[in-house]
Amino acid sequence: MHGFVHSTERGSAVDGPGIRYLLFLSGCAFRCLYCHNPDTWKLQAGERHEVNELVTEIGKYAEFLKRGGGVTVSGGEPLMQAGFVRELFLRVQADLGLHTCLDTNGYLAADLPDDWFDCVDLVLLDIKHIDDARHRALTGFSNGPVLAFARRLSAMRKPMWIRHVLLPGHSDAPEDVEALTEFVKSLGSVERVEILPFHQMGEAKWRDSGMAYALEGKPACSQEQAEAVRERFRASGIDAR
Amino acid sequence: MGCEKTNQSAWRGFIPGPWTTRVDVRGFIQKNYTPYKGNDSFLAGPSAKTLKVWEALEPLIAEERKKGVLAVSADRPSSITAHAPGYIAKEHETIVGLQTDAPLKRAIMPNGGLRMVENGLEAYGFSLAPELHEIWTKYRKDHNQAVFDAYTPEIMACRKSGVITGLPDAYGRGRIIGDYRRVALYGTAWLQKEKAREKALSESFDFTEEVIREREEMSEQIRALGELAAMAKSYGFDISRPAENAREAVQWLYFGYLAAVKEQNGAAMSIGRISTFLDIYIQRDLDEGILGEEQAQELIDQLVIKLRIVRFLRTPEYDQLFGGDPTWVTESIGGMGEDGRTLVTRSSFRILHTLYNLGPAPEPNLTVLWSTELPKGFKDFCSKVSIETSSIQYESDDLMREQWGDDYAIACCVSAMRVGKQMQFFGARANLAKALLYAINGGRDEKTGAIVAPGFEPITDEVLDYEVVIAKFDAMIEWLANTYVRALNAIHYMHDKYHYERLEMALHDKDIYRTMACGIAGLSVAADSLAAIRYATVKPIRNAEGVAVDFEITGHFPTYGNNDDRADEIAVWLVEAFMAKIKKHKCYRKAVPTQSVLTITSNVVYGKKTGNTPDGRRSGQPFAPGANPSNGRDTHGFLATGLSVAKLPYESALDGISWTASATPAAFGQNLPDRIKNLANCLDGFCASKGFHMNVNVLSREVLEEAMENPEKYPNLTIRVSGYAVNFVKLSRDHQREVIDRTFHVKL
Repeated sequence: MHGFVHSTERGSAVDGPGIRYLLFLSGCAFRCLYCHNPDTWKLQAGERHEVNELVTEIGKYAEFLKRGGGVTVSGGEPLMQAGFVRELFLRVQADLGLHTCLDTNGYLAADLPDDWFDCVDLVLLDIKHIDDARHRALTGFSNGPVLAFARRLSAMRKPMWIRHVLLPGHSDAPEDVEALTEFVKSLGSVERVEILPFHQMGEAKWRDSGMAYALEGKPACSQEQAEAVRERFRASGIDAR
Repeated sequence: MGCEKTNQSAWRGFIPGPWTTRVDVRGFIQKNYTPYKGNDSFLAGPSAKTLKVWEALEPLIAEERKKGVLAVSADRPSSITAHAPGYIAKEHETIVGLQTDAPLKRAIMPNGGLRMVENGLEAYGFSLAPELHEIWTKYRKDHNQAVFDAYTPEIMACRKSGVITGLPDAYGRGRIIGDYRRVALYGTAWLQKEKAREKALSESFDFTEEVIREREEMSEQIRALGELAAMAKSYGFDISRPAENAREAVQWLYFGYLAAVKEQNGAAMSIGRISTFLDIYIQRDLDEGILGEEQAQELIDQLVIKLRIVRFLRTPEYDQLFGGDPTWVTESIGGMGEDGRTLVTRSSFRILHTLYNLGPAPEPNLTVLWSTELPKGFKDFCSKVSIETSSIQYESDDLMREQWGDDYAIACCVSAMRVGKQMQFFGARANLAKALLYAINGGRDEKTGAIVAPGFEPITDEVLDYEVVIAKFDAMIEWLANTYVRALNAIHYMHDKYHYERLEMALHDKDIYRTMACGIAGLSVAADSLAAIRYATVKPIRNAEGVAVDFEITGHFPTYGNNDDRADEIAVWLVEAFMAKIKKHKCYRKAVPTQSVLTITSNVVYGKKTGNTPDGRRSGQPFAPGANPSNGRDTHGFLATGLSVAKLPYESALDGISWTASATPAAFGQNLPDRIKNLANCLDGFCASKGFHMNVNVLSREVLEEAMENPEKYPNLTIRVSGYAVNFVKLSRDHQREVIDRTFHVKL
């Protein structure tokens, strides 16, 4: 079985617990204004790789990955290639005994049966915005399926981390932070919330791809702003980082 | 034994064993130490006295930084007893003793080499007492002169061209670790008596050269122990008897070390593996209620202050080679015992904690003996210290314990030796990148055109063929290893004869295991060059004399350091091939040949002396340090680089394989707890992959650039360079540039 992989990192310390082998798959339907990997949007932007070959390559790093880390598949949107992801994760679990982590926006999860997620140990669910209208403005899509997926994971008792990019002027309004906190509180299997301050490191990729970048020149989110939002979550007893 | 009575009081509460009737420090440790598996929460801050001593030193250190050398005792050659006692702030010093009669005042040791002494003095505006010049030119020969009496023209040519560099032929060889713990445990009187008993064993032997030499050396050792006791007496201590308590144990041990650095200006003067030994005394005092945690920490802090101000008079050229003014006072910490218990004690924490109590510093060279089995509390603490100070290094206890047992220590950067039972003949290194150019050019130097290796034919092919180059290279390193080992034999024969380490050897067993510690530099350049020749098309560009002075490279080739076997296997082959050549030679005093893949900071000077290479490296460009991939060529992250380096076989480089690894704080995670956990996991993963050494910096390049522009803002910025650490602002501009150009992984 094969899939399209945009790029890999052999040791990410910021995409799930511990040290992780990170695969960015190509292909994504969302068009997030702040996307820092717009070069991964097209499926064909990736290189074709066999599961066998990837498992062999990941195995070389197992000594590092097996100590509280594992493999994370991100993108793009990995669920655009759900069959490939499942095959890869099953092999990673069975052959290498490593922890698997799916970094997704959750939009396409509705098509997958519950047992599909047996191959996933942890879901990193990106909730771009808690307000549907603003979610649409930010990504081009409704957040309905995303929130439904979060509730479903909660019902399945599947561990998840909620990731939220804090974009000043777009996703940092106090009422939105409040609503997101309440939503997360209503879920049962959230282990951690990660507040990711918006940065401009994706700008060059937009420029290189010749696409118009709506956030050009927009100031990055400061650590203080992000920390204030984390404090709001912590006040509700949520582990926010 | 005559001193059993005193020992009863000094050894009160200790569990006896064979160590009470013969010198056996390891046996004492094993019977009496208390492993510690907790965390760092028990540690105490610096005492008022410690702060007073440190404050008294700071202006002197600042002045020395400006001048290079603060003061020199140029009127007398140093010896164990040459100088009257010296103090920093006497009433606050819990541990006393200086190399000369004043702090930071350097001693001269002309037996190592008068030229080095005179050049060093002159460079810093001092001059030698005329009568001393007369003595060492008219009546007394030094090690340096003696070595050159024996050198061949070929050795001289290699030395000049830089295909062999850093030979300890002009000063003390160093890398010998006296078992200074013996002074505390047994006292000098008993040690002298033991030496006398052992010396008497050969009275009826045939007086061969070997026997005569041994008898003379042992007489010198006994004499040196007497001088050590006399020196301690001048400070008001009777160290002929064993230490009675923790303070005495630290003081006795330090006197032993101090005597060594009063007499030897060794390239590296390492202190051994002392913290767990001292912990036994500290724990006994804590249990007896005569010491509190703050005083325990004070003893360690004050010892470390003394170790931080060890100084030698060296020349600016030497400092240029080694990037500052290092002394390699290496202390080996932690590790596991052969019985499976950890050798980590509370004092393993205390010695690392000096980096907080006194601030970060390059010396002593704190070296953690890492094992995947170490207790988690200690792993986490080490990891935190690295992230916050970049002042410690790690070496695989799992590899070394298998080879050397559980009472070895590191000399200098990466050289393991069983304490008191083993020594090495330090041998610097041969330049493999240059040797490859010699193979291509038939022994002619690419920079000067001079024939350095006689009797070889150059390669005249238009395109370099891998098999042809390998065959030529094999013959060239055969010649190089032969010339190299002969130089080392001459150096160490003469060092024993003219500058014997009598005090350090008095703190060794009679029969010791000696290694001839050869080394290689330019590994990554040679490996990438051979990879280019094999996987791309490399055309030599020859000058009018037919010497290949540049190379035209077409096509891509894999490079060492990206966990790509095609290139990494070439690096492995280079290490094994040179070791095999070295092994063929007979070494002085039946030493067992070993090698290191370590450059210290001579990678910069080696680079300067080496022309354009077939990997595209430009003439003069620095080599990567040690076993590191070439700067900027390891593009696959920290783990991939580590796995490449871990492929180099320790069995073929038993003197150590050095990897200096730099990554940004963010590469280890978003917050301190994550970073601590991830760095510890990197160390475990590297160690489990049979990696040997990780000299870790957790820094961003921007910080260094800022420090380069505004040095006054960063007086204590410490950075690990190659098996040791330096004060960044003390480095030359070239070295600063080179350090900044190194790979800083932003991803693991």
